[in-house]
Amino acid sequence: MAPAAFHRALKLSLTLVALVATWELLCRALNIPVFLIPAPSQVAWRLYEKRDLYLIHTWITLYETTAGFLLAVVFGILCAAIIVVIPKLRDIVMPLLLVAQLVPKVAIAPLLLIWFGYGLFPKVLVAFLVAFFPIVVNGASGLASVQPELLDLGHSLQASRWQTFWKFRIPSALPELFSGMKVAVTLAIIGAIIGEFVGGNRGLGYLIIVANQELDTPLAFAAIFLLSAAGIALYAIVEMFERMLIPWHAPSAPAPAAGHAM
Amino acid sequence: MPGTAAIEVRDLSKTFVTADAEIPALERLNFRVEPGEFVSVLGPSGCGKTTLMRIVAGLTAPTSGAVAVDGVAVSGPQRKIGLVFQVPALMQWRTALDNVLLPTEILGLERSASRKRAHELLKLVGLAEFALRYPRELSGGMQQRVGIARALVHDPAILLLDEPFSALDIMTRNQLNTELLRIWSERRKTSLLITHSIPEAVYLSDRVIVLGARPAHILDIVAVALPRPREPAMRVSLPFVQLVDRIGRLVGLEYV
Repeated sequence: MAPAAFHRALKLSLTLVALVATWELLCRALNIPVFLIPAPSQVAWRLYEKRDLYLIHTWITLYETTAGFLLAVVFGILCAAIIVVIPKLRDIVMPLLLVAQLVPKVAIAPLLLIWFGYGLFPKVLVAFLVAFFPIVVNGASGLASVQPELLDLGHSLQASRWQTFWKFRIPSALPELFSGMKVAVTLAIIGAIIGEFVGGNRGLGYLIIVANQELDTPLAFAAIFLLSAAGIALYAIVEMFERMLIPWHAPSAPAPAAGHAM
Repeated sequence: MPGTAAIEVRDLSKTFVTADAEIPALERLNFRVEPGEFVSVLGPSGCGKTTLMRIVAGLTAPTSGAVAVDGVAVSGPQRKIGLVFQVPALMQWRTALDNVLLPTEILGLERSASRKRAHELLKLVGLAEFALRYPRELSGGMQQRVGIARALVHDPAILLLDEPFSALDIMTRNQLNTELLRIWSERRKTSLLITHSIPEAVYLSDRVIVLGARPAHILDIVAVALPRPREPAMRVSLPFVQLVDRIGRLVGLEYV
């Protein structure tokens, strides 16, 4: 690891260790009841104790998130391509998308439960629905933002529509697309959890509901911790792909504006 | 006039129609560019020079009048024309070499011959060692040189350059003027250069078409009788300065 990166990692790790240590000490010193705020040691013990169980539930949530996200990527790029390559369809597709986006997914999740039952599918669907919009919007913006001189060059060489799309638009779009994908993956996990909240019997969201009902706060903390870890891992994977596929571009933090997807 | 002109513009006019107004950009332009000639189109910024170039390149249609290339009326873009733009417009995700190769890919030209040409051209523009670098690793002047190599890779008969050095600082600009002359002397393409720099126009060209502004119309076509090959020292010679002054007065400038 380069010295700068190592120092950053070290600083971060030490900060986290300090925070956790402070938390532990406060819990013990102030004798905070376990159902209010469990100490990190209690959470860690619970994690270890029921690790097989947690593994399964984490896997379920990860599966729902990833499936929803990948579907959003495929259909999102397709949609973005259609909007850009066939401008006439844009006026039909964009308003529909906006309407779909403005409907709060929290509100329609119960509906999905009625329609599709308790299985994995409705969760995947909610994850898909929340991840879809940022990918389409960023994808369309990226595909449309080729330098005009480059398009003139393509035009002057009588490049076919296909050549223009593959050689000019797609590579130009990748940075913005990945920006959208990073937002989308964080939203997808939230979508999966919402689905599980509303009606599920598996997954980390379900565990959180159970924990609330039984006042089993260490369980809730453990689930939230795993949820965060899963989210960070997925984001890191997307960023890894970004570094691989667009080596000419420095990865950027996603725009914070997308939090209103619900 | 003997022979077919490489570019012939007759009574060319272009008016842009917007929601509220009609904006005449070009008004009845008439001129010829002979094969192998280097001609500059000179005019103040925003006077419609780029529009003229786009019409000759077949990217836009005129409102009235005609443009013919090698005797054939222009009805759309054609591969015998190479374009150099105001900005290098290189693909950031491709190396310099792959950027130069882009036209050959689009036109489906034979790969190994194209690669050889691309290497030769990069050598010609002085960037042989930078073939595998990415645009972000190159300066503005170097990127524009890659742009020139790219315009030449498919061996067009005619080169259209739209203010290719405007985005660069004056020192790089003068340097690239001399570079362009060298490149042009090795591959004598018929060239039409758009510029707003009078010294640049005089230094590079056989003739300078001087445009007045809004709408763009031809004030005069000035022949540059300076000997070739042009040398940087000519820029301070009396004939050069007199030409620059004469053209300057035409466009309303006190240049000297």
